[in-house]
Amino acid sequence: MQAQEICENLAAIAQGVIPVLTAFLKDEVHKAGFSDVVFGLSGGIDSAVVAYLAVEAVGKEHVHPIIMPYKLSSQNSIDDALRVVDDLDLTAQTIEITPQIDAYFADKSDATALRRGNKMARERMSIIYDHSVVYHALALGTSNKTELLLGYGTQFGDLASALNPIGDLYKAQIRAVAKSLSVPLSIQQKPPSADLWEDQTDEGELGFTYELADAVLHLLVDERMSVDEVVEQGFDRELVQLISRRITLNQYKRRMPVIAKLSSRTIGIDFRYPRDWGM
Amino acid sequence: MQRMKVALCQVNPRLSDVKANLAMHLANIEEAKHAGADLIVFPELGLTGYWLKDSTLDVARTIDHPDICELIQASCDVDIVFSFVEETKDHRFYTSSVYASARRVVHVHRKVYLPTYGLFEEGRHFARGNDVQAFQTNDVSMGMMICEDAWHPSVPYLLSLSGVDLMIIPSAGPGRALSGDPNSGSQQFWERVVRTYAQLFTCYVVFVNRTGFEDGVFFFGHSLVAGPQGDILGGIETHEPGMVIVDLDLSRLRKERFRTPLLRDENPYLTQRILARRLGDVK
Repeated sequence: MQAQEICENLAAIAQGVIPVLTAFLKDEVHKAGFSDVVFGLSGGIDSAVVAYLAVEAVGKEHVHPIIMPYKLSSQNSIDDALRVVDDLDLTAQTIEITPQIDAYFADKSDATALRRGNKMARERMSIIYDHSVVYHALALGTSNKTELLLGYGTQFGDLASALNPIGDLYKAQIRAVAKSLSVPLSIQQKPPSADLWEDQTDEGELGFTYELADAVLHLLVDERMSVDEVVEQGFDRELVQLISRRITLNQYKRRMPVIAKLSSRTIGIDFRYPRDWGM
Repeated sequence: MQRMKVALCQVNPRLSDVKANLAMHLANIEEAKHAGADLIVFPELGLTGYWLKDSTLDVARTIDHPDICELIQASCDVDIVFSFVEETKDHRFYTSSVYASARRVVHVHRKVYLPTYGLFEEGRHFARGNDVQAFQTNDVSMGMMICEDAWHPSVPYLLSLSGVDLMIIPSAGPGRALSGDPNSGSQQFWERVVRTYAQLFTCYVVFVNRTGFEDGVFFFGHSLVAGPQGDILGGIETHEPGMVIVDLDLSRLRKERFRTPLLRDENPYLTQRILARRLGDVK
């Protein structure tokens, strides 16, 4: 089966998820004692989908998107974010992160794009969590399953959240859900980008397409195939090995910090409670 | 009893908050009583929530605990099936369902199959029940299974051999929404199971499943009752909390079992002989 066919199947099975995801948001937000949610709205498809789901779940007056551009962010992204805000009749805040980012890097001119990107992601996270106090709102995550598995995100940056409604959906499935939610077409159709520099695209940076990533990840993770078995399906060995390695290497980003075990009840090891404990 | 009104009560319990869930149970019992129900059925671990992990120890109650007695006492005008973490005197912890009637315990079923795979980890905290027994109340013969018990056909088979009129399945069934259908795959499977058992064992099957989310896990509700032809007699077609009362005409079983005498023709001795031989081999 080729990547396109796998992604079409992935998209098809995502048709029924919207009522479950809105029920998830409603239930998990309310039982934590909150009514409101806050998240970063980038103008990309993932945060747009989260915005539409959140409005359906908790009502537009309880949804607080924050647009946080840097001076190099494309005007297109900001326009697309505003399209979502208009379409859903939301009140959004725009907070430029340029002053603090530039101040920090003023004496670090040799800082790599990776450092700058991570810093921006963590700055945005810090603003979102600050506003979780302002709005008494829970922070929503906007990372999809493809990004989480590949580790394509910044730990304690865009990967940080209280609840993530889309973390079990591959990119192809996010696209299907976006279509069902009537997310503006300009957002559905543009190439995904972390928007850290001009003309950056996720696919350019990753070195492979989302379609290939989704297909290979699905076979490795959901179908529990070995690398050899995925290669037998007609995928390039180097690509499959790269993706498989990324899943393993980035496991740390999906877990809480490792604690040195000393007692008979160590948090995360044998002090085991659900997050929803007592809610 | 020729007719029986069964209230299917699919609730969303608060995780590890027995007091709140007890109050919620009592309110639903009152409602069912006023609506004229003969029996109200709550889902698996309705008194405690499901995803308990280490808080299993905190929510466990002995059968004579005041919280449990309060529920049993509420069974004066309506029979009650409820489920909780039962602690025995020797401190074993079971997922139990109680059938209470006329302020006394008629039967306790301790879950015999504890799923410990995939997302499930019941075997880590719970002791395995070791019996499957039918029981009688108001001239109706019944049996209970808890969720995973019903995925092992030996359990309803054993109940069927006692000729039960009604099988009750309190559940905490998680849904996996990625099935391409608005109804999750596990929900469709449950519907098939309930209908098939009702038809194969010529009885009524009541399936009550909980709702809500715990740590992102989605419980899909969709409680239902099937009759002896595998026909769906009623249910709740949502994943929201709710109650529906379904009127069961138990007199139907007489004609159904005459028309399709599967129970009469079942040969447990054949099963016994083969099992004895197989298990003898294992020795």
